[in-house]
Amino acid sequence: MDTLETQRAALEAGAVSARELVDRALSAAETVGARLNTVVGLRRDAALAEAEASDSRRRSGSIRSPLDGTPLLLKDNMVMFGELTTCASRILESFVSPYDSTVVERLRAAGAIVIGRTNMDEFAMGSSTENSIYGPAHNPWDESRSCGGSSGGSAGSVAAGITGYALGSDTGGSVRQPGSFCGVLGMKPTYGRVSRFGLVAFASSLDQIGPFTRSARECAWVLEAISGHDPRDSTSLPEPSPRLEAALTGDVSGLRIGLPREYFVVDGADPAVIGAVRSALAELESAGATLVEVELPHTAHVVSTYYLVATAEASSNLARYDGARFGRRAAGVENVDEMYRRSRSEGFGDEVKRRIVLGTYVLSAGYFDAYYKKAQQVRTLVRQDFERAFEACDVIAGPTYPEPAFALGAKSDDPISMYLADIYTVSANLAGLPGLSLPCGQSAGLPIGMQLIGPAMDEATLLRVADVYQRRTDHHLQRPPTGRERAA
Amino acid sequence: MSRITREDVERTSRLARLSLTEQEIAALTRDLGLILDHADRLAVLDTTGIEPTAHALPLATPTRRDVAAPPLDPDLALRNAPLREGSAFVVPKVIEGEES
Repeated sequence: MDTLETQRAALEAGAVSARELVDRALSAAETVGARLNTVVGLRRDAALAEAEASDSRRRSGSIRSPLDGTPLLLKDNMVMFGELTTCASRILESFVSPYDSTVVERLRAAGAIVIGRTNMDEFAMGSSTENSIYGPAHNPWDESRSCGGSSGGSAGSVAAGITGYALGSDTGGSVRQPGSFCGVLGMKPTYGRVSRFGLVAFASSLDQIGPFTRSARECAWVLEAISGHDPRDSTSLPEPSPRLEAALTGDVSGLRIGLPREYFVVDGADPAVIGAVRSALAELESAGATLVEVELPHTAHVVSTYYLVATAEASSNLARYDGARFGRRAAGVENVDEMYRRSRSEGFGDEVKRRIVLGTYVLSAGYFDAYYKKAQQVRTLVRQDFERAFEACDVIAGPTYPEPAFALGAKSDDPISMYLADIYTVSANLAGLPGLSLPCGQSAGLPIGMQLIGPAMDEATLLRVADVYQRRTDHHLQRPPTGRERAA
Repeated sequence: MSRITREDVERTSRLARLSLTEQEIAALTRDLGLILDHADRLAVLDTTGIEPTAHALPLATPTRRDVAAPPLDPDLALRNAPLREGSAFVVPKVIEGEES
């Protein structure tokens, strides 16, 4: 009983209590989660107390939502009152939040129970969950491999069945890519769909919170609970939470799925990945969808564009870590400048420093036009590519990542190859579009993800397509070797 | 090869208030060179007259009524202060040359 759907059904049937569910999730986090290093902190007593409150609501017939009483995990970059939020960084090692993020506020209002925090790349910068003060997270499908990143701890925890769902954040693929590596569904909603209030900022024009689940239906439930306008986030869309479960009609007849020519010829893409995605598309075709070829002509430039924009924004956002008001302050500093320099140098890891320096460089006088402004202009071209493509199709499909989960350590000395592999995922962030990754096969025992990208605001169609695929296949039901159901 | 030099990295890290070790400077000079070499390929695109995108979706700056609301409790706001005194953050002396 490790999926959200089974947990919800069991709660509704009175076959299990929220207390039992939370207790089992905590135990799984302490055993499987500790072994995989996907979970970095638990709130045992508070979660159990919240579970008991949920049980008494259920007894009195006043549950708050379909998520009431269900346990989940939160990436360690979303704040929760009175709890640590470290972003897996030394500089925030002991930061205790004085407020709730909007997602946490909404999860509480839905009766959902956050049991703890998951491992991640420091400040969400990375694709492997190796840049972490807690050490690397291990993939439950093969513990010598990466969970992906930066939300690897959340993806790996759901794959291992520790909780039925978890939240991550996606700036350039950080939900979809680990979803692909771990064989779970990961959704990045439209920019502005989910409030960023209380999400520690990396690149503010790209960051978006999204859920990990097994099924499209579960994703719909979680997204309905956390999305919707929030006046405390000035980039929040002025729209109510969308009705998503109602969109899961099981019907894709007549739907046009666009296959970007550029996504199927990328140098270095694993043929097994391309093959699995093509089989999944054939399945959707036999369900009644039409496959059409489309073009995204600026695909070769999206990675550079993304890294220029993202690091520029990061260098500005991370200026707040100065040792003055919160976070680490270096010991024995004699003046303010030394406090800034030493607190930051001691507090940030290598990848974060690399991105801050790159971002500062591209924003500095003399380079601004050549790099930052140029990237913003190419960002416009990338958006226009999608606008044109969506004239010919309703949803775009392709691989999520060029390969299955790579070995831990394989790319840690080679930032360029790590960055270049983000080619399929960063465009959705640059264009603000919703995207999801769902498992569509395996290669040598490792999951493969297919990505769907939709027009802005159209999460419903992405989930409808994913749901149809899941009704016809069982890739989302596969279980990894390391997991709660298999734990002795 | 990119034009980025060791001096560029030193100057930029000073601007970013980072003190880097010799090893970090060498690694960053190499890595940033490779990254910017790649980024230089954007130059092949003619972007004359293309509006830059700062945000993907059209968003006007929202306004709200200026109504007083309960602020964050000062004790909570100061809870993460590395050093505090009463309701103030304590930092090292900012202005040089004054007698303390």
